[in-house]
Amino acid sequence: MSPPVIQIRDLTKVYRMGEVEVPALKGINLSVDRGEFVAIMGPSGSGKSTLMNIVGCLDRPTSGIYLLDGIDVSRLDRDRRAEIRNAKIGFVFQSFNLLARTRTTENVELPLLYSDLGLSRVERDRRARRAIAQVGLAGREDHYPSQLSGGQQQRVAIARALVTEPAILLADEPTGNLDTRTSEEIIGIFQALNDAGKTVVLITHEADIAAHAKRVVHVRDGRIGDDERIVQVRANPAIVATEDEELVPAAASSSSVPAWSPERT
Amino acid sequence: MRVSLLRLWNITKVGLMAISRNKMRSALTMLGIIIGVACVIAMVAVGSGASSSIQSTISSLGTNFIMIFPGAATQSGARIFTGESKLTPEDVEAIKTEAPAVAYASAGVRAAGQVVAGELNWGTSIYGVDVDWPFIRAWNTSQGAFFTEGDVKTSAKVCVLGSTVADNLFPAGDGVGQAIRIKHVPFRVVGVLEKKGGNMMGQDQDDQIIAPYTTVMKQLQGTAKLNLIYVSAAGSDQVPEAEKEIEALLRQRHRLQPGQDSDFTMRSQEEIASTAAQTTQTLSILLGSVAAISLLVGGIGIMNIMLVSVTERTREIGIRLAIGAKGRHVLIQFLLEAVALSVAGGAIGIGIGVTASHLISKFAGWPTNVSTGSIALAFGFAAAIGVFFGFYPARQASRLDPIDALRYE
Repeated sequence: MSPPVIQIRDLTKVYRMGEVEVPALKGINLSVDRGEFVAIMGPSGSGKSTLMNIVGCLDRPTSGIYLLDGIDVSRLDRDRRAEIRNAKIGFVFQSFNLLARTRTTENVELPLLYSDLGLSRVERDRRARRAIAQVGLAGREDHYPSQLSGGQQQRVAIARALVTEPAILLADEPTGNLDTRTSEEIIGIFQALNDAGKTVVLITHEADIAAHAKRVVHVRDGRIGDDERIVQVRANPAIVATEDEELVPAAASSSSVPAWSPERT
Repeated sequence: MRVSLLRLWNITKVGLMAISRNKMRSALTMLGIIIGVACVIAMVAVGSGASSSIQSTISSLGTNFIMIFPGAATQSGARIFTGESKLTPEDVEAIKTEAPAVAYASAGVRAAGQVVAGELNWGTSIYGVDVDWPFIRAWNTSQGAFFTEGDVKTSAKVCVLGSTVADNLFPAGDGVGQAIRIKHVPFRVVGVLEKKGGNMMGQDQDDQIIAPYTTVMKQLQGTAKLNLIYVSAAGSDQVPEAEKEIEALLRQRHRLQPGQDSDFTMRSQEEIASTAAQTTQTLSILLGSVAAISLLVGGIGIMNIMLVSVTERTREIGIRLAIGAKGRHVLIQFLLEAVALSVAGGAIGIGIGVTASHLISKFAGWPTNVSTGSIALAFGFAAAIGVFFGFYPARQASRLDPIDALRYE
């Protein structure tokens, strides 16, 4: 068994507001293995956003240790954290956060522009198109966000998160701006990606969304509450989940039914 | 810096896209730079055009040229002349014989009037001079010949036409030998002068008639005093010496006590040129200050609009930072945007400046000279302004916290 992709020990975060110290996280211990699909749940004010910012290397903990993919990222400076975010984390936000007036491919390519991989234009384009196909948007490469529905925009965002082949997908309320049906579709994509071996961390406050994960971690008052593993009975014969697989579901190329089609969830 | 060329180009493209999205705003932002750069171009064009025309005028005045005017010079160099001239033909004779540093000297009297030839007439200036004048001004006739010493002695009614006058009175070019009437006095045309063009004040030097000074004094003016004396020093290094000699000689002849102001003023060609240079310098300074202020204001305009742009695009910056852009990537993006704005403004300004220079020379008659150096200078200046005024907003952008930026509505 390879080491956990996320290892968090005694993590605290204290915000200083003038004279007052506001503890947001009061000692979090969390370990996420490769290939897991974890939902982090909690009401607003529980500290789950703070946790997500630290897990996403957008912020640093006040104390404690955070190992991401074996690297201690809890003390890194701004630029190093930017590199880690670029290489290891794929963000999916509630409000999609695509660049307006920018084509699908260009939006998806964006992280590669800042990567240290130094990919050629052709290679970037190839990767972007592959990620777009993975989320079922093939044929919409040249669309602008304004020409896409909310669900489609979120798929572009997921493709953008996938394009660097990160260690974890970190989704912050990814269905918060979507209707129920579209939400199911988006969750379906995460499930399919997870089945293909991707580690997915989902932050949500909706129980029915969290129910699609394999494991639900409850954050309450800056601490981890329940940590339940859900055994889901999902029939996915077409999908072989191994870590080293490409992100494409193994049989997807031969299967005409996309893995995230609503009928299957 | 690990920002590859490829990445730099990608970031540049992003900036250019942002500019083209807000065309009106970008155009207004560039306005200050456009005006500033246009002023720089026009300023340098007028300045260098003037200085080159001064150079050519100096040589067209004749070598080692000195003019003596009646009246005292004040400290600022301006000549105030109200009384009667004290300069006489005898003064000229004395300068010729008693000042060793002087090669040529000629009396000069001025008159103006209507000139009639057949059915054509023309209003012009008439200068009465001596036979030394063509040598002093280095000015030859293109047709006929200059009048002779005998003509001067006998106050002969002969004249030499400037080429403009000749063209207007004798369009067929057959002026030599013909009769004209200057203020009703009949004159015979003995020659036509070579074309010389405008002087540094923009006056047409060819619009004049030259006649023996004796004739002009008797027939046209009726005074025994001179309006000016033309002198040529024996060599260019002898100009100051000649001035000293003339000064002493004329003061003695006019019986001036030591300490008393001279009743005449001397101007060498360099002094004349420097007076003209001062005029154009004043204009250059004026244009230069307009350019400087305009570039400053333009730069502040760019800074302002970039700050607005950073605020507007906080979310975009947040996205970029979140997916792995480093501070310097964002810094370069916004800096390049500011530079692109100022450089585009600079390019437009250069176009307008060049056009304006042409218009100035066409309508105001000022000689202008647009040099590639001034274009490069203006362009470099515009780019530098973009960097200078774009840096602060770009740094603000690069220092944004990704969490706050993403949350920004």
